[in-house]
Amino acid sequence: MLYREAGQFKTSYRADQALFPIRQDQIGIILILLVAFVVVPLTASPFMIDSFLTPILIYSLAAIGLNLLTGYTGLLSLGTGAFMGVGAYGCYKLTTFFPGISIIVLIIGSGFLAAAAGIVFGLPSLRIKGFYLTVATLAAQFFLSWCYIRVPWLYNYNVSASIEVPERLVFGIPITGPTATVTTRYLVVLAIVTVMTWAASNLIRGRIGRAWMAIRDMDIAAELIGIKPYQTKLLAFAVSSFYCGVAGAMLVFLYLGNAESESFSINQSFLVLFMIIIGGLGSLLGSFFGATLIYGLPIVMRMTKESFGIGVTSATLEQINFITLGTLIILFLIAEPSGLARLWQIGKQKLRVWPFPY
Amino acid sequence: MHMLYMIFVDPFVQMGSAPDLFAQTLWEGLVAGVLYALIALGFVLIFKASGVFNFAQGIMVVFAALTLVGLYEHGVPAFLALALTVGVMLLLAIAIERLVLRPLVNQPEIILFMATFGLTYILIGSGELIFGGDPKVMISDKLLLPSGAYQIKMLGGFVQMQKIDIAAAIIASAMVVGLGIFFQKTRIGRALRAVADSHRAALSVGISLEYIWVVVWFAAGVVALATGIMWGARSNVSFALEIIALKALPVLILGGFTSIPGAIIGGVIIGVGEKIGEFYWGPLFGSGIEDWFAYVIALIFLLFRPQGLFGERIIERI
Repeated sequence: MLYREAGQFKTSYRADQALFPIRQDQIGIILILLVAFVVVPLTASPFMIDSFLTPILIYSLAAIGLNLLTGYTGLLSLGTGAFMGVGAYGCYKLTTFFPGISIIVLIIGSGFLAAAAGIVFGLPSLRIKGFYLTVATLAAQFFLSWCYIRVPWLYNYNVSASIEVPERLVFGIPITGPTATVTTRYLVVLAIVTVMTWAASNLIRGRIGRAWMAIRDMDIAAELIGIKPYQTKLLAFAVSSFYCGVAGAMLVFLYLGNAESESFSINQSFLVLFMIIIGGLGSLLGSFFGATLIYGLPIVMRMTKESFGIGVTSATLEQINFITLGTLIILFLIAEPSGLARLWQIGKQKLRVWPFPY
Repeated sequence: MHMLYMIFVDPFVQMGSAPDLFAQTLWEGLVAGVLYALIALGFVLIFKASGVFNFAQGIMVVFAALTLVGLYEHGVPAFLALALTVGVMLLLAIAIERLVLRPLVNQPEIILFMATFGLTYILIGSGELIFGGDPKVMISDKLLLPSGAYQIKMLGGFVQMQKIDIAAAIIASAMVVGLGIFFQKTRIGRALRAVADSHRAALSVGISLEYIWVVVWFAAGVVALATGIMWGARSNVSFALEIIALKALPVLILGGFTSIPGAIIGGVIIGVGEKIGEFYWGPLFGSGIEDWFAYVIALIFLLFRPQGLFGERIIERI
């Protein structure tokens, strides 16, 4: 009833191609942003922000990064964790070299380091594709993971072999390190994620995104209509790694506070991959849904256990979590391969025609 | 200059000056390679017959070994436990075909591949839930597998060969020969090859896809069980083996996804290359290069021969 676009006439192509062509969507996104930027910091408890919202936003960004590569360009990567690590360790080295530069600039800058790493490990994509390329990205994962342990230069020869986040101020307010408040860090993460999501949505609506999708749908046909496959694939690797790198840097600097190589292991790669499978391959919104579900599920399970006092050990809970995750993935692949994002779309369509079936 | 010397000259000098040590490293690489090859064999079986790149093969290895040891710990005699484990693998094959493959028939390969990720997680979770997560000792002596080692005098020193490793090599070769005969000579084997060539053509001559898939997944399960016993006898049975299972992927690249001899030879190349690389070149980079050395070998290889050593050359047309 409320969600109906009848009567909203477009008089220019510009209006027709806008990011949110329907007025209700515009109002909706403004409301969501308003809630996220104003209402949440004022009302939500620090626990809620710190254990749910901040990490979910960060993982959403990583999922968007992987989605650009896997969902939009059709190149399956298992190196997400490693590329997030490039961002985190890169940002750490940058703060060491340039202590005077604003940390936000450095976090974004570390994304470029990750993009460079992505290009290097994306080089084999000219010769190989499909599963072979997936194995090549595994090479990146294992090689970089090894670097995070064996190259002491990366963690400044710290005895604990981990990176400790230094305190950094922006406009006199601490945003990283132990003194930064939960809310400040949340707002910084939210701002970066919002801007980068907006950038991604424009990227995929434009020439570049269409080239990616053409490569995904049929690489030979794409080449025939004048898309250079090599540059396009490498660009996908670069942009994807950039997003993952920024997510990794934020994960360490704005959420965890310290990190070691284990934070960027292959399990991290799997986790992000599961997020985009369940959320929806080739959907930005799906990346947020997937991150929420995959990250939230174990926490909700743990909290349910604590509040009801069910007598299972945490090890058992983790195993149940594994089984649930695996089952969910298979169920989604069978029932709805386009993920939660597709369910959302169906729901919206139903709302448009309600109370009629179609 | 010194660095170049350390990389290109020094390791070979070391090899020449202590040939017995070199032979020992070679042997260990060979054994590791045989075990990688066994995991890869399971992948190849399934890929050949159903076009599914089964990521869960490594976990099936652990799951099979865990079931075997777990049953034994619950008081089942060793050989009965072995038979029961084979039964469990059959049930698993039927369940996978019923619940995962059949609903996903005709989906893109990548979807099936990701479904095996889900399978991996289910197997990890349920395996630990049923049998506990702590490492277990493989019951190799109860299964009449030899233990101990031979000391062989050669090249002016001693080379130590574990009897279990020799047994592993023999069993692996027997399995490859057996599978080769099965594929070439039996009725089911021919049906398998027909399905591998074309699902639709196979269906049209009356081959039941469901049946064939259960057969291959069961065969892969049995291979996984054998691999699990061998791995378990060398180290403990736990989900730490999972990471070793990922080593089978470069083996596949080297050997090609569709070739059984390729899996074996690829496994041996990776195993030997990795051990020798770690032993002679590892100290230069700080040890632990085993983790990624195999992938680097495979990547370099890919650049020159993307279809693998024995893989079928895929000609792509528009």
